[in-house]
Amino acid sequence: MEMPAPDAAVLAKKALLVERLTAVLPADAVIHEERELKVYECDALTAYKCPPLCAVLPASTQEVAAVLKICHDMDVPVVPRGSGTSLAGGALPTADSVILGVAKMNDVLETNYDDRYIRVQTGRTNLSVTGAVEEQDFFYAPDPSSQLACAIAGNIAMNSGGAHCLKYGVTTNNLLGVKMVQMDGTVIEVGGAHLDAAGYDLLGLICGSEGQLGVVTEATLRILRKPEGARPVLMGFDSNEVAGACVSDIIKAGVLPVAIEFMDRPVIRATEAFAGAGYPDCEALLIVEVEGSEAEIDEQLGLILQIARKHDPVELRESTSAEESARIWLGRKSAFGAMGQINDYMCLDGTIPVSSLPMVLRRIGELSKQYGLDVGNVFHAGDGNMHPLILFDANKEGDLELCEAMGADILRLCVEAGGCLTGEHGVGIEKRDLMVAQFEPQDLEIQMKVKDVFDPKWLLNPAKVFPLASSESRRAA
Amino acid sequence: MFEPATEQHLSEAIRDASGPLKIRGGGTRPLGNPVTGEVLSTAKLSGISLYEPGALTIVAQAGTPLAEIEAALAKENQRLPFEPMDHRDMLGTQGTPTIGGVVAANIAGPRRIQAGSCRDSLIGVRFVDGAGETIKNGGRVMKNVTGYDLVKLMAGSYGTLGVISEVSFKLLPGIAASATICVEGRSPEQAVAIMARVLGSPFEVSGAAFGGGRVLFRIEGFAQSIAYRSAQLETLLSDYGAVGVETDPDKTREIWSNIANVAAFHDTPGDLWRISVKPSDAPALVAELGMAQTMLDWGGGLIWALTEPGTDLRAVAPEIKGHRTLMRADDATKAKLGTFHPEPGLAAINQGLRAKFDPRGILNPGLMG
Repeated sequence: MEMPAPDAAVLAKKALLVERLTAVLPADAVIHEERELKVYECDALTAYKCPPLCAVLPASTQEVAAVLKICHDMDVPVVPRGSGTSLAGGALPTADSVILGVAKMNDVLETNYDDRYIRVQTGRTNLSVTGAVEEQDFFYAPDPSSQLACAIAGNIAMNSGGAHCLKYGVTTNNLLGVKMVQMDGTVIEVGGAHLDAAGYDLLGLICGSEGQLGVVTEATLRILRKPEGARPVLMGFDSNEVAGACVSDIIKAGVLPVAIEFMDRPVIRATEAFAGAGYPDCEALLIVEVEGSEAEIDEQLGLILQIARKHDPVELRESTSAEESARIWLGRKSAFGAMGQINDYMCLDGTIPVSSLPMVLRRIGELSKQYGLDVGNVFHAGDGNMHPLILFDANKEGDLELCEAMGADILRLCVEAGGCLTGEHGVGIEKRDLMVAQFEPQDLEIQMKVKDVFDPKWLLNPAKVFPLASSESRRAA
Repeated sequence: MFEPATEQHLSEAIRDASGPLKIRGGGTRPLGNPVTGEVLSTAKLSGISLYEPGALTIVAQAGTPLAEIEAALAKENQRLPFEPMDHRDMLGTQGTPTIGGVVAANIAGPRRIQAGSCRDSLIGVRFVDGAGETIKNGGRVMKNVTGYDLVKLMAGSYGTLGVISEVSFKLLPGIAASATICVEGRSPEQAVAIMARVLGSPFEVSGAAFGGGRVLFRIEGFAQSIAYRSAQLETLLSDYGAVGVETDPDKTREIWSNIANVAAFHDTPGDLWRISVKPSDAPALVAELGMAQTMLDWGGGLIWALTEPGTDLRAVAPEIKGHRTLMRADDATKAKLGTFHPEPGLAAINQGLRAKFDPRGILNPGLMG
């Protein structure tokens, strides 16, 4: 992956920069020793590493503003970082950048059950937002797989989704307001505990802008009362096509499950070997979960099972206890770990129209043969968000490049099928140069003009989202 | 008047425009400050481009009548999730609401509290910016984080950032059964407290409103589920006196259509304001509003207030956060007070965006302030 050459003038300013940062932050919040900076050299896209110039860990919005003002005045790029769990390289530093980590800012500022929101500092992890309200039987809905570790800051930057967004939406649908520091140190507040915005929907624009418009330090999040119960059913099918048709029929029948998860044979076999969840050995497996009271669950699952039976399932297993529910989810939840046991893998994130599912899976199989790399598919089928996992050997010369080339082909296929490059992980550096497959030059130009408004010097999270060639003139200016 | 029938012609009309353009969909929601300019209508950009019931998605050209979309969806037992209100009777307008107009004004209804607003279901747009460039953002899939989210930005931008030519939505299954549950004789304070309790319950209420002393709740879903939740809510509400349950689906439809469209203030003289607040702030604000007649939706988060003509509601209890939109007034009042609540801290960004999207300032100039 090509990254722009570091700016020698910025590198030369390191001593002065550290001095100025130390003047506004406690000494232990400014990290500049090479040895200590290794922690920040990559995120969860570990194939790419680059230590930053230095890293700062501010503890308040005021400190974030002070840091950004200094960097703005000194023309130093800044890479915001939540917990560093991005699979897209969203928090990958450049050698001439300052990493701004929000990890120290993890307080709950306010909980309000009458108005159903929580206000938190954005370094707080996703799961601990729910943790703060679950005693009152409330929860925060977006649930990315990395929810134990990932920070709300990163969730907002990438507009993260999760397994349950078919019913509850993604981050942008659950975000009510933010406090954000702009690159020049200006602090703005957008939205709040009330619904809707006056003026343009800046909140919607900020969410998913990959840390390129500002650093979000506080967030007001919608919280919901937990459903009375939830129950999954597991279905095995003889072919991906039939499983895909079943998904489509369930949706058409008027039921809205809270999750529909899909796994293909390579993933089923890998998870069985790894977790032993007792899955049937079949081509395709669906986990469909519904919520409500016992009677409501019975009513919805009755309809879903009736539809599934029409597709001649090889297995149909309704959970009858919490333990069985956990076993049904066990394999799905350990799928990534299981694939990781077999080999290194690259996890893609393209979304396709659900109707194209069989065609896209067939083409992915063909690409797998063509490239000689195994692929497993595990994904959120209800919304078409695929997660093909391409297996490769990082220690084998040329394998990473081969894997990337195949990944690019799969993502182009998603776009051709009417979908997009990324459903919930973000563009980062990983899909940056593929943006031209989905967008015309004017589509990218107007997005870059949005960045011009918020960050005229183009210092925030450089070399991400936009193809390097498209953004070159702005970055060089 | 320009009335392009293709996106290409729309682009040419904007590119070649020599003066301000007044953008119009169906003309049923003349919201915003008055605009002078040549009318550019999207009425001929009409038709459903793609509808996939199995993927819960629809794509339509901006000028497509809303009714045409709703009819197509109803045939497959599906619907737009956000229950867009109809402004015709409130504003005394005629014509045919278009889907593009719904998006441009980010219209929702009582279901906002459960399913979000128009922008929450909108998954893709195509539009022509003020320079005549044709731009797409988002697409036709439910989950998409590829690049910046201009889809949300375009929703509620009232044609001032670009003229929308095509929109895509995610959909929801149709409603099998519904019921309305009501509690009588309450003050705004009691009403908001009752609504908070119900909205904090697991019974998935899709409407919570208060008017004329009655607190109303709506539940929707499968028949057995309605029976169950209705009984649960009756128990929960029994602390507050007699509980009425309306199980006739036509009656429920009528009740909530009247709430959505604010029927109570249709043929009433006076200015009409739409106020968005934190629900628990609603009782205090309603008390401050004094003589104004009010109706609450969204559990108290939305206040409709009918006032003496020319009253500046923004001057009342300004410490209560949120925003206050002047929906109906004569032109002089609109010119004096402005339709939208200014947000001083964000003015530079809003103006900056407008300058980038419409450098000549020809699209609905002045409409949003």
